[in-house]
Order: sequence, then C-alpha cells, then structure tokens
Amino acid sequence: MSTQVFYFVATLSIIFSLMVIFAKNPIHSVLYLILTFFTFTVHYVLLNAQFLAVVNFIVYMGAIMVLFLFVLMLLNLNKETEPSKSPLIKIVGVIAGGCLIVTLIGSLKAASISSPLILKNPGLGLVENLGKELFGPFLLPFELSSLLLLAAMVGAVLLSKRDEVEA
Amino acid sequence: MDTGFIIEKFILVAVIFGISLVIAMYSTYAERKVAAFLQDRLGPDRAGPFGILQPLADGVKMFMKEEIIPTTSNRWLFIVGPGLALLCACIGTAVIPWGTPIEIGGKTIPLQVTDINVGVLYIFGVVSLGVYGVMIGGWASNNKYSLLSAIRAASQNISYEIAMGLSIIALLLVTNSLSLKEIVSKQHGFWENGWFTWYFFKQPLGFIIFMVCSFAETNRAPFDLPECETELIGGYHTEYSSMKLGFYLFAEYINMFVSSAVMAALYWGGYNYPGMDYVAVHLGPTWAPLIGTAVFFGKICAFIFFFMWVRWTIPRFRYDQLMNLGWKGLIPLAIANIIITGVVIAIIEKF
Repeated sequence: MSTQVFYFVATLSIIFSLMVIFAKNPIHSVLYLILTFFTFTVHYVLLNAQFLAVVNFIVYMGAIMVLFLFVLMLLNLNKETEPSKSPLIKIVGVIAGGCLIVTLIGSLKAASISSPLILKNPGLGLVENLGKELFGPFLLPFELSSLLLLAAMVGAVLLSKRDEVEA
Repeated sequence: MDTGFIIEKFILVAVIFGISLVIAMYSTYAERKVAAFLQDRLGPDRAGPFGILQPLADGVKMFMKEEIIPTTSNRWLFIVGPGLALLCACIGTAVIPWGTPIEIGGKTIPLQVTDINVGVLYIFGVVSLGVYGVMIGGWASNNKYSLLSAIRAASQNISYEIAMGLSIIALLLVTNSLSLKEIVSKQHGFWENGWFTWYFFKQPLGFIIFMVCSFAETNRAPFDLPECETELIGGYHTEYSSMKLGFYLFAEYINMFVSSAVMAALYWGGYNYPGMDYVAVHLGPTWAPLIGTAVFFGKICAFIFFFMWVRWTIPRFRYDQLMNLGWKGLIPLAIANIIITGVVIAIIEKF
C-alpha cells in the first residue's frame, strides 16, 4: 500500500518538476514548482516525518513560493521582453546539459535497488524527538545556523538602507 | 481501518462541513443586521420574518447572474483561484476539536476529524495556502487593479503570518504540545491551582497579537485593503461575477468562522466551561459533550460578532500604517512576549 502510494506520488513529483522547466509562462512554472513541493510534503508524511512535512508546507509552499510568485507577477515577463540568447550561450548550455546526462547515467549504473528502509523508531520524525535531537547532540550546528540566518537578515536590511543614507 | 470508522468520519466531516457553510451563510445575514444595529437602521427585513431568508435570496441571486470569463484572462487559473480560496477556507476545520468524545449506543466517537500531533502548524499551513487563491485569481484576471490588490493581499498576509507564528510560540511554551486536542483538554474546567486554566489568562498579550493577526489574515476590516474600493475599483475580484465572486466572498466568511474557532480553542478553553465536571456527572456521556459543543459554538458566535463589531467601528488602515503596525508593532511585541513567557516559566519551574 505504502509503496504504491510512494510510486504514485514520486511519478507526480517528476511530472510536475518537468513541467516547471517546460512551461512557457514563468508564472505557470512557479505554480508547478508549488505542486512539486506539495508532493514532497506527501513524501515526508509517508516517511513519518510529520513536523518536517508541515514545515516544508508552511515555509516553502506558503512563504518562499509566494515571494517568487510576487516578484514574477511584478516583473510581468512576456515572450517579447525575454532577451534572446547568443549562440555561445546555447553551445555552453548544450555542453553543460550533456555533462549532466553523462553524470546521471554514470550514477544510475552504479546505483542498485536498496532494501526497503525500516525505521528503528517510528516516532523519529515527531516534533518532540526532533526537538530533543536538535537541542541535544546537534545544539552547536543548530545555533550556528541560526546565527547565519541572523547575519543574512541584517545584511538584507543593510542593503535596503544604503540608498537612504546616500540620498 | 474498518468500514465503521470510515462511515463515522464521513458523517462527522459532512456535519462539520454543513455547519460551517450554514454559519458562513448566516454570517452574511448577521453582518448586515449588526451593521444595521450599529448604524441605527433596520437591515434586511423583507425576505421571510425578520429577513431570515435573506441569505437564500442572495445565494439564488449569485447563481442566477451571468457568468463572465474575460477573454484576455488565463481561463484555467481564473477558475482555479476562487476554488482554491474556498477549499483552503474549508479544510482548516479538520483539526479543531469540537467537543469531548461522545458516547452513542455504547460506542465512543471523538468529535474531531483527525488529531494530528502538529495540529497548530496544520492550521498555519492552511492559512498560508489561502493566499494563493487570491494571488492566482488576481493575476489570472489580467487586470492591473486585480494584480495590485492581489499583491497587496499577499504582502499583508505574509507580514502578519510572522507575528501570528511568533505569538503562537509563546503559547506553545505554556502548552508543551502542538496538538489542538491536547491544548484544549489542558484547559479543563475554569479554575485550577489558584489561577484560570484558560490560556487567555496566561497569555493575554499573545492573544491580542493573535487576534489582530487573524483579522489581517481573513482580510477583514480594518485590514480589508485587498478590496479597497476607492483605490482598487473592487479588489482582486474586480473581474469576477456570479458564483465565482460568491466563492471569494463566502471564503472570507468561512475563514472568519474558522479563525473564531481557532481563537476560542487556543485561548478561550474551547468546549470547556465552569462546572463542566458537575454537568458531566449528572447528564451522562451522551449529553454532556453536546453541551460542551454548544458552549464552544457560543464562543465562536461571540467572536464572529466581535469581528463584525470591529468592522463597523474602526476605519480602514492606510497601507503604510498597516505595514508599520505589522513589522514595527506586532513582531517586536510578539518577540518580547516570548522572552517574558520563557523567563516566567523558568522562574516558576526552578525557584
């Protein structure tokens, strides 16, 4: 049952992420990306990581993608305004894409189907256990990453303030 | 997962869905009556006694109107927008505990559709998803007023979501749980250990911040900037007609109902009331939960009335006032509330 759901949702994730690339309209791309994130949320739920699922839902789908949509709606990108790419960029793109395909095929050849993962502790992804892990063994990295976020925030405020001082 | 379980849940979902639609329907009537009362008028009084059939007449009117989809709009997304708005409004009710488990014919049935252990966060997720309905609808209309108002709505919702989340963190420090069922059952009764059990009395500042934010999240006055007629013609639903417009307006009333229910459950004790143990002993396990549910709905209606009272009392904010209040007023207050709550809890537990 769970495996079938996984394959169904995984297929949906792949289809939606392909649609992100193939959609002509940038807004449609973002909307497909939102659907992709939604399927990821389902994956987290299948892995019994409820907290991660909800956080993915709130932060990525609810906040970050809204901002993406926001910017794209304001930019109002049309086909006419999109700059045409020079031949050099096209050649570079083809080479980079070819390299990616070779890497993917190589890694697929090395991969083998793993035995299904069995969780030692089914409650591993619950908020309580996650909190104990984060504020226990991983306290230092957790606090450091929060410092990093604070630095990013201060930086953003500083960047937006600079014009005012000069004017 | 047996058939009985599925049938039980299906009936519960259908009942809750029906109740929230009926309450939203009569909220439109109540809103006009409250407005009339506050402005010393009569309000709707033609359809049926006291105008009680007015929502039905409005519904029929909405359905009968011409359905217009602008030719320059994005047809598919134009239809998805209002549908998404209504869907997000309705699914929030799934995690709200409507009462203590009820016993019918020797079978105990929980009055909650599902008790997920991150219930509070689920509500947040649904709220943050709700903004897509407005944004997609506003963009797909291909009208600059709709787009501007959709962007306004999105920035307003994002700004106030932060303060809302921060005010909830302080509450979670007190409750030690994210499950709405546990949060409500911890507010059992009214008075215990020399203090009120309802979280409003432990988190008054948090409640005020949460309430202001839920006004902003539901786009209710004084935060109804997304549909400011004088600046934006009509708002994100300028191009909508007929029942698609009805969906947007209806979603607002369902959101109001859901956020009233969340406020009542988180801060005002949910289905708990003074003397509930006495009632439970005397009325038995079938009727006592129903009285609790009735009390809960009483609290919800009080909040809905409060929403309307504010709408007809306080004028709309200007856009910069809105942003200043959100970012410079509520967010620092909410952070201060977290720190104070943490310090007080540490003092109570350690000394």
